[in-house]
Amino acid sequence: MHTLDFFTKKRLSFGLFVVVLLGLTYVTIIFTEYNVAKGFTSIPKAIRWATTNFYPDAASLKKLPSILLKLRDTVMMSVASATIASACAFFVAIFGAQTTRINVWFSVFARGIATIFRNIDVSAWALILLFSFGQSSFTGYFALFFVTFGFMVRVLIETIDEVSTDSVEALRATGASYFAIIAQSVVPSCLPQLVSWVLFMIETNIRSATLVGILTGTGIGYSFDIYYKSLNYHAASLVIIVIVISVLAIEAVSNWIRRAVL
Amino acid sequence: MQANTTIIVRPWNAATVILRTTIMSLIIITGYAFTTFNTRDVDFWAGVDMLGSNFSALLLTPYLKNITFDVMIRNLFITIGLGFLTTIFGAAIALGLALLAAQNLAPRWLTVIIKGLTAFVRAVPTVLWVLIFAVSAGLGSVAAVLGMTFHSAGYLIKAYAESFEEIDNGTIEALKASGANWWQIVFQAVLPSSATALLSWTFLRFEINFSTAIAMGAAAGAGGIGYDMFMASGFYLNLHEMGAFTYAVLAFAVVLEAGATRYKASLRK
Repeated sequence: MHTLDFFTKKRLSFGLFVVVLLGLTYVTIIFTEYNVAKGFTSIPKAIRWATTNFYPDAASLKKLPSILLKLRDTVMMSVASATIASACAFFVAIFGAQTTRINVWFSVFARGIATIFRNIDVSAWALILLFSFGQSSFTGYFALFFVTFGFMVRVLIETIDEVSTDSVEALRATGASYFAIIAQSVVPSCLPQLVSWVLFMIETNIRSATLVGILTGTGIGYSFDIYYKSLNYHAASLVIIVIVISVLAIEAVSNWIRRAVL
Repeated sequence: MQANTTIIVRPWNAATVILRTTIMSLIIITGYAFTTFNTRDVDFWAGVDMLGSNFSALLLTPYLKNITFDVMIRNLFITIGLGFLTTIFGAAIALGLALLAAQNLAPRWLTVIIKGLTAFVRAVPTVLWVLIFAVSAGLGSVAAVLGMTFHSAGYLIKAYAESFEEIDNGTIEALKASGANWWQIVFQAVLPSSATALLSWTFLRFEINFSTAIAMGAAAGAGGIGYDMFMASGFYLNLHEMGAFTYAVLAFAVVLEAGATRYKASLRK
């Protein structure tokens, strides 16, 4: 029997992978009615438009104080939702992690709730919560809170099982009580990871908060939306510059903290 | 002598100081944050009160009213398609540029330029990229695909370049010593040994792009199920219909996540 040698086999399977991918891409382009030619011609058009219209001018700089005020709202909302959701998630994760759970069913329940919370997109949460809280900061706050909570329960359960299994066993052997084990072993060993994840969620939430702001009429997303819709592109570009600077600054600070703590 | 020796259980070092300062600052900022909330005279407790009945309307009594089930599934697949398309386009661009952004494959000045540019691209939220492209391309699938591709490429260039940088330097040096040129090094060593890492980053980005595609339907007129959700929430004010869309989106997202978890577990074996 003739068998293909290793390299031919590998090349064939790679070729098949590429063909399937290209086929799927073609079908998707037809299905979503994406206009490939228009896509390509739009890029130079967008660049030409951006270089002639999309930069801050003197008049837009006068709007800087009000833009910065909106930025503060957005950053505050991101930090508050990430911090409180993570604190709640830490409690749930302690009761849900294999190492420290009090009850198997609670663990299953906690994981299930977290799966639902994180898999509904933040924009969908915002649209759902608009029914309860209208166009206020609460809508955005809870949308970010739910998604952060769902994500943090998952990663903190993994962190607790990874980091503190050995020390929990050691303390249990000495006869320490449940709360002593949590306070002396689980919390201290997980704290650096927890802080690192909170910082990650703050970064994510600032980006999401811009989107949520457009949907709920709050914060920096709302500023952008107003200037954009009133065709004041100079002010809109200033909003983008402010967002970029704050995102990069927060990333730099959290990277610095992460390096020092982990 | 015995009395004077104390064991310092938790020494104060830079790491603990920074950790505690960070936690304290987060708590203080959070406390301050609630004073900055724009309440627009919305009654918070009335909202919380309504949350329960709204959730039960959403999750327990979902039904469709303004569109049929077939249209909903079709729109869900349009959203999935937008996510898939932008992931493929982003990955194709990223594969080329990441080779020029990896420190072990490209000159230092070039890696610095590309990494700086991608950091900028990533710092602008996806929805703003889509709206920027919408000015010249009009609101719709073209602007959505371009904007999302842009952000995906920025994200994947960083992820791919880091995967390339992680591969064993010895392999590259051995190939260099045997006289292999840059292309041979890339195709025979770099790409094969980082293939699984590239695949899992790409899959992760597909998960992100699926949820972004929902958001772009809601906030940037990209169509799909996100637009249906936007209409149910802002125009028809129909929570039951919103519930049906939520279940549709949730079902696909959970399947994706389960697939990713399985794939990761199979890599670990």
